[in-house]
Amino acid sequence: MDREEQFEERIARGEIIEPKDWMPERYRKQLIRMISQHAHSEVVGMLPEGNWVSRAPSLRSKKVLLAKIQDEGGHGLYLYSAAETLGIDRSELNQQLLEGKAKYSSVFNYPTLSWADMGVIGWLVDGAAIVNQTMLAKGSYGPYARAMIRICKEESFHKKQGYEIVATMSKGTAAQRRQVQGAVDRYWWPSLMMFGPPDGNSPNSAELLKWRVKRASNDELRQRFVNMTVSQAQAVGLTLPDPDLKHNKESGDWEFGAINWGEFWRVVRGNGPCNADRMAARRKAHEDGAWVREAAAVHAARKQASATA
Amino acid sequence: MKEKVDSLDEWAVWEVFSQLEWGKPHEHCGSLHAPDAEIALQNARDVYARRFSVKSLWVVPANAITATRQEDGESFFDPQDEKIYRHPSFYKLPKGVRNI
Repeated sequence: MDREEQFEERIARGEIIEPKDWMPERYRKQLIRMISQHAHSEVVGMLPEGNWVSRAPSLRSKKVLLAKIQDEGGHGLYLYSAAETLGIDRSELNQQLLEGKAKYSSVFNYPTLSWADMGVIGWLVDGAAIVNQTMLAKGSYGPYARAMIRICKEESFHKKQGYEIVATMSKGTAAQRRQVQGAVDRYWWPSLMMFGPPDGNSPNSAELLKWRVKRASNDELRQRFVNMTVSQAQAVGLTLPDPDLKHNKESGDWEFGAINWGEFWRVVRGNGPCNADRMAARRKAHEDGAWVREAAAVHAARKQASATA
Repeated sequence: MKEKVDSLDEWAVWEVFSQLEWGKPHEHCGSLHAPDAEIALQNARDVYARRFSVKSLWVVPANAITATRQEDGESFFDPQDEKIYRHPSFYKLPKGVRNI
């Protein structure tokens, strides 16, 4: 039995693959691609929310928003660490992002126009991320799965704080109700797109499922998310912007209307409303941080020199 | 000599171990980049001890760790299977004797 067959057998037995274990090059490449996209998404995901830190309506909500954004940065770090176990440097991944060669979740290329967006992002965007990440936590690559477990624990706070904002605003004034409904109208479809292209048009899915990096398909996860979200919208009197949404009594599923995949691909390819802004903000943050990195390295070198002198 | 210190890979990788309860072992919880041990500890606190009650943190330069590899695991750990007399179930005792 060759190494490739032995690897497939380990996967079939449900074994967890660790960094130093032998793995096919293709498995390694797919994981680097997936984990780095995921890491970039966490980091870029801080930007739409950062837009509202200085305008949070109360000290409590400001503290919560800051804590959530700090978590997203931390999630990015867990994920870059997981990617590095596969033999790629964080600096290289960061470079790919800054040069616009890397992908990240296209939902972060939409603008955050009102405070209600902070609620709806926590509820829908983090909610969708939890569905995806709960599945990934059972994946075959140890460092990625362990990062997911840690992240899922923290994301549940994100979702709840978001839903609290949504629930509060939907009991508020007519203007607040309009705002929160508007945020749902804008973020519902991009949230469904977060699960990726439909199964029939998802080139990487079959391989990722075979290697148990993914344990459920894009469409299955999307359906799971819709099923759990409908009643949450009803509970606060919000309407999901889909006239075709209907309950199928036989399957128990909430069937939903056609997703605009043209829009999805347009945004993925860089032409969403905020792609250029997000990249500019990341580049500026990297450049503005250069002196900190330099000072820390010089300080460390000096300390080492005086210790050995 | 003036070198541009700009890229992140100037900073070494550190492995982080945390102890969640006094008296319990430290367990590996992840890794991070840092220019020195002091900043490695501060980063470890910010990244791995934001909300779980962590009692103690260790940071170790990743390149200071030597580990077994999966492919030499079988022969390396061989003695485990050979010495069954290391297990209490190996021994035959007369019936009815207790607390041995």
